[in-house]
Amino acid sequence: MMTSLYGAILFLLWLLLSGHYDPLLMGLGIASVGLTVYLAHRMDIFDHESFPVQLTSRLPAFLVFILREIVKSNIDVLKRILSRDPNAVSPRLEEFPLPQKTDLGRVIYANAITLTPGTVSVELTKDSVIVHALAKDIADDLFTGEMARAIPDKVVEP
Amino acid sequence: MVLDILSWVCLVAGGLVGVVGAVGIHRFPDFFSRQHATGTTDTLCALLILLGLGLQAGLSLAAFKVALIFLFLFITSPAATHALASAAVHSGLDPKRGRTDSEGQS
Repeated sequence: MMTSLYGAILFLLWLLLSGHYDPLLMGLGIASVGLTVYLAHRMDIFDHESFPVQLTSRLPAFLVFILREIVKSNIDVLKRILSRDPNAVSPRLEEFPLPQKTDLGRVIYANAITLTPGTVSVELTKDSVIVHALAKDIADDLFTGEMARAIPDKVVEP
Repeated sequence: MVLDILSWVCLVAGGLVGVVGAVGIHRFPDFFSRQHATGTTDTLCALLILLGLGLQAGLSLAAFKVALIFLFLFITSPAATHALASAAVHSGLDPKRGRTDSEGQS
């Protein structure tokens, strides 16, 4: 079931990327998709982590949320770069608890932290993440702000 | 015409964000804080430039490819940033602490 869905997505991607619709090339495309799916199936790499279809319905809301966070934190970091105030930048390492229960949820959360400028996740352990933040209020924001509140609901416990 | 203007606004703004990000790499004090400066070029700069290019392409296969580039960039760039930061910590690079918790030392 998951295998055929994977094949269908791959073939759609092949069509959109190549832009060729004549029989010979489409046949070659189908053959290469078939080979890829066969290899992936033999290697037994389909599971909820490598191919997280269960997240698809929540993806649009998550994308809108993360894009808004990215734009907001970008503007903040750009201001700090151009600021003459020496206190605009005071980097620190801090440890945050991870509310997610699954590995996939934790990785998505840590990646979301890294993706928003001003915070980089340095190390991920079983129940916490060590974050390098550009300034104290950015770190505090991660504790209390939108990210801490919204990510556990929006992302996705399979 | 409107699309052209919009796309140029995006391209120019993206370029500006990239330049400011580069300034940040020089102004910030250590490796870890510089990563935040490159983070802006990774995200907003790439976002604006790809959006501008997508508007130039219109509704076509090229626009779809631009969207794919954007998607892959957003998955791979935090992984690369995290790998760099993690490698730096593990090889013993100590991050500079802010003024509030290490007054007077440097």
